[in-house]
Amino acid sequence: MRWGIRRMHYSVPAGLYAIGQPTHESPVLVTANYKLSFDLLRRELSGKDLWLLVLETFGINVWCAAGKGTFGTAELVSRIQKVELDKVVNHRTIVLPQLGASGVAAHRVRKATGFRVKYGPIRACDLPLFLKNGLKTSEENRRIKFTFRDRLVLTPMELVGAWKISLVVLLLLFILGGLSEQEFSLQGVLSRSLSPGLIYLGALLVGSFITPILLPWIPGRAFSLKGAQLGLLWAFAASITLASAWSVGSIIALFLIVPAIAAYFAMNFTGCSTFTSLSGVQKEMRIAVPVIILSIVTGGVTLVLGKFL
Amino acid sequence: MGLQYLRDVVTLELDRDKCTLCGMCTNVCVHGVLAVDDNGIHILERDACMECGACAMNCPAEAVTVRAGVGCAWAIFRDWFRKQPTANNRQQVVI
Repeated sequence: MRWGIRRMHYSVPAGLYAIGQPTHESPVLVTANYKLSFDLLRRELSGKDLWLLVLETFGINVWCAAGKGTFGTAELVSRIQKVELDKVVNHRTIVLPQLGASGVAAHRVRKATGFRVKYGPIRACDLPLFLKNGLKTSEENRRIKFTFRDRLVLTPMELVGAWKISLVVLLLLFILGGLSEQEFSLQGVLSRSLSPGLIYLGALLVGSFITPILLPWIPGRAFSLKGAQLGLLWAFAASITLASAWSVGSIIALFLIVPAIAAYFAMNFTGCSTFTSLSGVQKEMRIAVPVIILSIVTGGVTLVLGKFL
Repeated sequence: MGLQYLRDVVTLELDRDKCTLCGMCTNVCVHGVLAVDDNGIHILERDACMECGACAMNCPAEAVTVRAGVGCAWAIFRDWFRKQPTANNRQQVVI
């Protein structure tokens, strides 16, 4: 599921849900209609009595939906009115996940509906304590972390997201393998494209899996720079193993292309991270994208020239 | 852990004269960028800001401004090739 298989169709209907046996006094929690979030909440809150107001975010999680504006003031206000929340509960407080705050203006919700927005903890597992402490959470639970484990569960999606472009690249390498002066045979083409194919897959793995995992320990701040460094290491490792018999031109191409590929995939992990800003990623891309393209094009030209000259 | 992104790029701005010290911005920020103390409001860790816009969105006094968006290379790629507004160039919805 998390890997993106039919993820866009993984939602629950928006509306008001009851957990346990809620009364007029029970707390109201607000969430997105992404089924993973919904199920997680239900699990963490089992045994409690409360209301769950689910917004229509089209199956997108709270944070991303808040960024897009679907988990937003307008949807929250209209949903409160649609389910007539003021008739369901006597109090006038609703609890929102803190990560929804970038889409919701608490003071506007209050003006429009009379309900006061309280921002709860980031993680659902901290909710029981939050409810027990009279809707208060600690500073610690208001800070987002980006742990080794967080990064580990996010990386498979990166690999899944890269399969289309990877298929194109592997096909291209296969065709290049066929453009050889040697006599054409399927076996020959396969064996000639095997090493480049493995080197490409290695670069993909370095950029979208190893770099994210090792993120805090790789020098530099830009993701592409972190990816390029590990890509360079991979290019070096490949040059003394898989590519040890290659021509000088091919080796130069290897060192130009592999770090660029790793940098590209590492850069794409910015969206998964919890600390990159729009301005920052724009700045990174303004430099990294031309360098990556230039590096790959130069590498490609070197490769082709080396083959035919 | 040294998980901080690029230095000196963040668009977060603060108008201390407008601030009513309600503390809402410090409540919604997931990186502890802003702080309110005896001296009023100030930016503690500018470079930790990810421009999510939660502080500006929830400031009743409009004392905090930031060009909000998503720090995602894919989204920026899409914006390059597409004309219609997406998460990173939407106007703030005012109701």
